[in-house]
Amino acid sequence: MSEKADYLAVDYSMRSWFCTLDHKRIGLLYLSSITVFFAIGAAAAAAMRIALLSPSGDLIVSDVYNRLFTLHGVIMIWFFLIPAVPNVLGNFILPLMIGARDVAFPRLNLASWYIFMTGASLVLYAIAAGGVDTGWTFYTPYSSTYSNSHVMVMAAGVFIAGFSSIFTGLNFIVTIHRMRAPGLTWFRLPLFVWSLYSTSIILVLATPVLALTLLLMALERGFGVGIFDPKIGGDPLLFQHLFWFYSHPAVYIMILPGMGVVSETLACFSRKAIYGYKVMAFAILMIATLGFLVWGHHMFVSSQSVYAGVVFSLLSFLVSVPSAIKVFNWTATLHRGSIRLDAPMLYALGFMGLFTVGGLTGLLLAMMAVDVHVHGTYFVVAHFHYVMVGGMVMAYMGGIHYWWPKISGRMYHEWTARIAALLIFLGFNLTFFPQFVLGYLGMPRRYYTYPAEFHSLNVMSTAGASILGLGYLLPLFYLTWSFFRGPMAGPNPWNATGLEWRTSSPPPTENFAATPVVTTGPYAYEPEEK
Amino acid sequence: MNPATPIVTGDAAAEARATTNQLGMWVFLTTEILLFGGMFVVYSLYRGVYPAAFRQGGQTMDFWLGTLNTAVLLTSSLFMAVADRAVRANRRRQVTACLLVTILLGLAFLGIKSYEYHAKYAAHLVPGSRFRAGGGRAPQLQIFLFLYFAMTGLHAVHMIGGVAAVSWLLALNVRGRLSPARAEPVTMVGLYWHFVDCIWVFLYPLFYLVGR
Amino acid sequence: MRSRSARPFSPPLSLVFGALLTLLALSAASSFLPPAGWKTIAGLAIAAVKTGLIALFFMRLKWQRGLIRVVAAAGIFWLALLATLLSADYFMRGRW
Repeated sequence: MSEKADYLAVDYSMRSWFCTLDHKRIGLLYLSSITVFFAIGAAAAAAMRIALLSPSGDLIVSDVYNRLFTLHGVIMIWFFLIPAVPNVLGNFILPLMIGARDVAFPRLNLASWYIFMTGASLVLYAIAAGGVDTGWTFYTPYSSTYSNSHVMVMAAGVFIAGFSSIFTGLNFIVTIHRMRAPGLTWFRLPLFVWSLYSTSIILVLATPVLALTLLLMALERGFGVGIFDPKIGGDPLLFQHLFWFYSHPAVYIMILPGMGVVSETLACFSRKAIYGYKVMAFAILMIATLGFLVWGHHMFVSSQSVYAGVVFSLLSFLVSVPSAIKVFNWTATLHRGSIRLDAPMLYALGFMGLFTVGGLTGLLLAMMAVDVHVHGTYFVVAHFHYVMVGGMVMAYMGGIHYWWPKISGRMYHEWTARIAALLIFLGFNLTFFPQFVLGYLGMPRRYYTYPAEFHSLNVMSTAGASILGLGYLLPLFYLTWSFFRGPMAGPNPWNATGLEWRTSSPPPTENFAATPVVTTGPYAYEPEEK
Repeated sequence: MNPATPIVTGDAAAEARATTNQLGMWVFLTTEILLFGGMFVVYSLYRGVYPAAFRQGGQTMDFWLGTLNTAVLLTSSLFMAVADRAVRANRRRQVTACLLVTILLGLAFLGIKSYEYHAKYAAHLVPGSRFRAGGGRAPQLQIFLFLYFAMTGLHAVHMIGGVAAVSWLLALNVRGRLSPARAEPVTMVGLYWHFVDCIWVFLYPLFYLVGR
Repeated sequence: MRSRSARPFSPPLSLVFGALLTLLALSAASSFLPPAGWKTIAGLAIAAVKTGLIALFFMRLKWQRGLIRVVAAAGIFWLALLATLLSADYFMRGRW
């Protein structure tokens, strides 16, 4: 080992962190910020779940409840889920994984973080000033005409944060095209890179439409009339079309990187190459593309034409196919693999099960005949929490644990991590499975009261939430502890393939002493000789 | 599929870097295509639904100012393109002249636009509480006007950014920081400038030629 | 204006500019003709040609590598997706 300082030790000053151009440090800047935002969003969820212990809404009045679920949605989606894997793990790992020194535009990368924080500041200010009660979806005409809450400020915050997304996506696309190591052809890339590439395409093509939608809504609020206003012949539903044109692909922005992480960890902890690599890569691209064509399934009961509903329903069925293919291929990867149940693997397995449940219930929702009954109920809430939390957040946790040795140079305590993973899995299911039942039985979402017959299921859900909260709290402590006191990890503690494991842990600022040359495909795992 | 990037040094490295930069700018311009294009789609929808109101809207526009503004922007694009060629041919004086003309034409565009906005304001054509209906004005006329202010306003914001960027180029050139080896900034800002011009080229028939 | 040896045919910028102004004059002049359906299409078509000229010659798209052309085309393609599906709904409202 040379005496050269790694990227963490090279300079400890505040300035070296806040003016860094090192993608690894920028990844950590994002990690700190989004952890804080997750805590804020989780606090709102905790408040709601506690309030829902009582059917008659004794704890929180309806207006505050509306502002809580809006806060929860805005923060969790735009300031946690969307940046989580791409901006934390992607920023840190992508250049390492392709043998590059940094991303294509390091200054733009730092600017992205500052833009993200500017947007976040505006949103936090809006919350502190009293919040917004429109829901994270900002539907017109309520948001543009009738709401008396801080819509403009919050919309401005989201608008600005959108530019952070766009610049990140731009940076990744150019990095992946232009900065791969010699010999690293497209079909030798790990699937994590493919997933980041597809995610970046969505980031770049969908986010501008969100920007224009929020702009038009804000202008309508400012002018007093606008194109979503029926008084002058406008159509409120047009807002929903434009909004969901972004927001549906946004869910694929959230899940695709998680799927990439799952591929990496499954391969490593089964000691097997991912089954059907090329199909997996194409499935990722297909999900990204088809994901743009299904947005109307959020609007089946909003008065869009039945014809459009049929088209969107059919396309929604289609987009489930590549997702299902991925689940089948992961299962085939596990088959006859040498399974090791380390924490990242537990998260990956949890993802597979919970994402499948979420995905299948998504198919149910894609059927108009079913959606007519469960739209706007807890069934939908349970569905998207299964894919977003059961899927995405578990994948994020798995990725954090898998690459923690690379990021920090230390190992965390394995048994504590396994217990935390188990708590999260159990807590999650106890929280959200009852919500499928509640929704099916007819309990509406975004309501602060409910009929007394739903009481026991709500209590179950809140109990689960407390376990889930504990599960999330544990990593905060043991990971932080391990960062400073954990045992040294060495360059490749998992014995994984991939260029990121060919450099020291933590890596030096320039990542590699000499640019690696690639001669094999990814996942060249040998069957383990014990 | 192309083989992965070989390691390059020297001139080839500079050219590779230039390609990377331009790829980045084109990806950015693609996001702008979606941003403005989305608004064009909204415009087309409403025009299909309210053709009479949109024709009326076209009548409220100042045809000659719009046409003049289009010519102004096309000319500015010419000068940006010449500036790009000039910097690569090391003609520093010509670069300064071209950038200066571009800035002046950009400012002229913005000036004419401000005049138009003010005229609309004075004629009670701004949507909202100041709008005066009646006199045969269709209620949906406000949709046309809303889109006019939104789309040309967003375009004007981009123009302001463009003028600022070209001014920065001018400052670089005056300080001798541009040369055939360091011509990238001019190309990049040029791409942006031409793109904003293209947006206006589409805005012109949509707002100034409708109903005529 | 001289051409570079790497480019087979590089029209002088002034020629492109002349074409742009001519097209502008055409679309402006058409507005003095009596109102007719074809004028909208003509106006948009002229705008498309102008944009094409600017993109190809001022923005040098003509001589760029394929990847950059794909990137430019992707934006337009995705916009077409938005336009198509969106108008499908509006066209079919009240019909089915």
